[in-house]
Amino acid sequence: MTVLLDVAELSKRFPVGRAVGPIERLRRRLRGGGPVHLPHVHAVDDVSFVIGKGETVGLVGESGCGKSTLVRAITRLIDPTEGSIKLGMRELSLVPSRRFARDADRARIQMVFQDAGESINPRFTSFDAIADPLRRLKKLRGKALRAKVEQAAQQCGLPAELLGRFPHQLSGGQRARVGIARAVAVEPDLLVLDEPTAALDVSVQVVILQLLQRLKEQLGISYLFVSHDLSVVRLLCDRVIVMYLGKIVEVGPAREVFEHPLHPYTQALVAAVPSSDISGVERLRLLGEPMSPIDPDPNVCRFYGRCPRGVDQCKGAMPVLRRFGNREAACHFTGEKEGL
Amino acid sequence: MSVAPALLVQNLSVEFRTRSGVVKALESVSFTVAKGETLAIVGESGSGKSVTAYAVMGILDPAGHVTGGTAMLGGLDLLSASNAAMSEVRGREIAMIFQNPRAALNPIRSVGRQIADVLIRHGNVPRKEAPERAVEMLRAVGIPDPSRRAKAYPFEMSGGMCQRVMIAIAIAAKPSMLIADEPTTGLDVTTQAVIMDLISELSSGTGMATIFITHDLALAAQRADRIAVMHAGHVIECAATRELFERPRHPYTAELIAATPDRAANLDELASIPGALPDLRRTDLPPCRYSERCPRKMTECDQPLPRSPAVAAHMVACWNPLR
Repeated sequence: MTVLLDVAELSKRFPVGRAVGPIERLRRRLRGGGPVHLPHVHAVDDVSFVIGKGETVGLVGESGCGKSTLVRAITRLIDPTEGSIKLGMRELSLVPSRRFARDADRARIQMVFQDAGESINPRFTSFDAIADPLRRLKKLRGKALRAKVEQAAQQCGLPAELLGRFPHQLSGGQRARVGIARAVAVEPDLLVLDEPTAALDVSVQVVILQLLQRLKEQLGISYLFVSHDLSVVRLLCDRVIVMYLGKIVEVGPAREVFEHPLHPYTQALVAAVPSSDISGVERLRLLGEPMSPIDPDPNVCRFYGRCPRGVDQCKGAMPVLRRFGNREAACHFTGEKEGL
Repeated sequence: MSVAPALLVQNLSVEFRTRSGVVKALESVSFTVAKGETLAIVGESGSGKSVTAYAVMGILDPAGHVTGGTAMLGGLDLLSASNAAMSEVRGREIAMIFQNPRAALNPIRSVGRQIADVLIRHGNVPRKEAPERAVEMLRAVGIPDPSRRAKAYPFEMSGGMCQRVMIAIAIAAKPSMLIADEPTTGLDVTTQAVIMDLISELSSGTGMATIFITHDLALAAQRADRIAVMHAGHVIECAATRELFERPRHPYTAELIAATPDRAANLDELASIPGALPDLRRTDLPPCRYSERCPRKMTECDQPLPRSPAVAAHMVACWNPLR
């Protein structure tokens, strides 16, 4: 497998609370104090993973676990605090996000946003929405532009007569198609999909998922598929990454992870997925709320306090990702029972 | 089912008079919920699930009009009751949990105060005792450190916490009927499981009847005793959960089950449903609103729909049902 995207030790921290102004800084310096320490939200904390060429990787976790921050860092909409993001041979984390908008590699990483109805400019027709990135990034004009837009629309199953319509004149499924066509038109290597089917009904969701599957096979794009719907991730993804409070807790082939989760958080997540198979309902419940992401103790497992296991060792040392065959999990006790 | 129905809805029809025409949002909707039972209403967006709930609660949008039918709760018809009678019933006998709890709660009142308000208005609790009882309610819905949390405002709490507060408000006056409109949409699956556990515990503990509205067929399967499937303002099938999944009779139900991703082994196994909901403003709507999408359409389908009574064990509104 050729590696397309290599993310290593990536962290993003956001300061919280009031910024300290120049007078206060001066006053503290005169008093002889050290530099001011602001509390930080550790949104993404020391995350490393790779995405291969043509691979579909799922990213799951509850809201607030840092999925979106990670995605925004990879798509270079924000600058990471530390760590590296390598696309092929090129280090992207050194390019400031403002400059990346006009970078030659901007077209190589594209994103499909959650609700196409909200993310497409309401004053753009479908044609303009798809044409905009082509004009900016590929400098296409006139006939070549029209041909490319029509080709992208056709690939995504969007009838040509809908190209003149505005988002509010389209159905949810058609809007989703515009969002996807806009992203694949510039022929990216990596497509980041942020819950592309969350706003759709099941009947339409199926069509969009099958479209994504077909596009992947035809165009050989890699996908990073962010979702909280585990049954969809299981069907579409080759591998899955499970995040909890800014850390990766488990990585592995999607099917294996969902059939035999290793990390206690993944186990609870899988048990919570509703299933129409009513034969046996597993009752593994996560109680309480996740711990605060503001300056968490680096030596305490992030899952401590909610974990059904949770012993002294868990608040003494942060578990690291360990390898178990083709899978990885970050828990002190993984592998005990399985005899791995 | 031999248990007395807590709520019996018969031939409920609702239309919305809008500038662009009359939307026939519900037509002859009938169903029943027994005491202690959980009925799930499932369907795609626009199928009329929420309108059904709003009509029963008497909180339809001003453009909406109930054009026929009855909804009997105890001896009272909720659809023809006066506003004064309804405001006595709402909150006391029948309560509702809304989607998006953060938007449904009052943002400028502490959550303890909001629960106390309901207790004073509907729960026959003296004003002085209300704050203390509100804290008890918060404890009952599993909020840690309830006396401190009672002073918090909705924006200070997570989505799951706000939904617990909504539930506390809904059950404060011990209603006999609870309507939960997509109570876990927008919450994480782990939180969803805990909230749904809480709702089922409360209803089994008090014999409260529950109507649970959702678009998630898998969640309905796991949580409901019976399921009513809606399509374009009609209840097209209603049966016990296991029966509905093992022997769906309406073609739409079968396709909906086939489109649900939780049991499929791969993407190709999933079947999409061709077509879309018909425009409910049309004056030439066919009697069966699914007939234009239906692969099993026959000539009889242009006749008025066959309707089994609301109390039938397996109700299906179709001329050419499966099996």
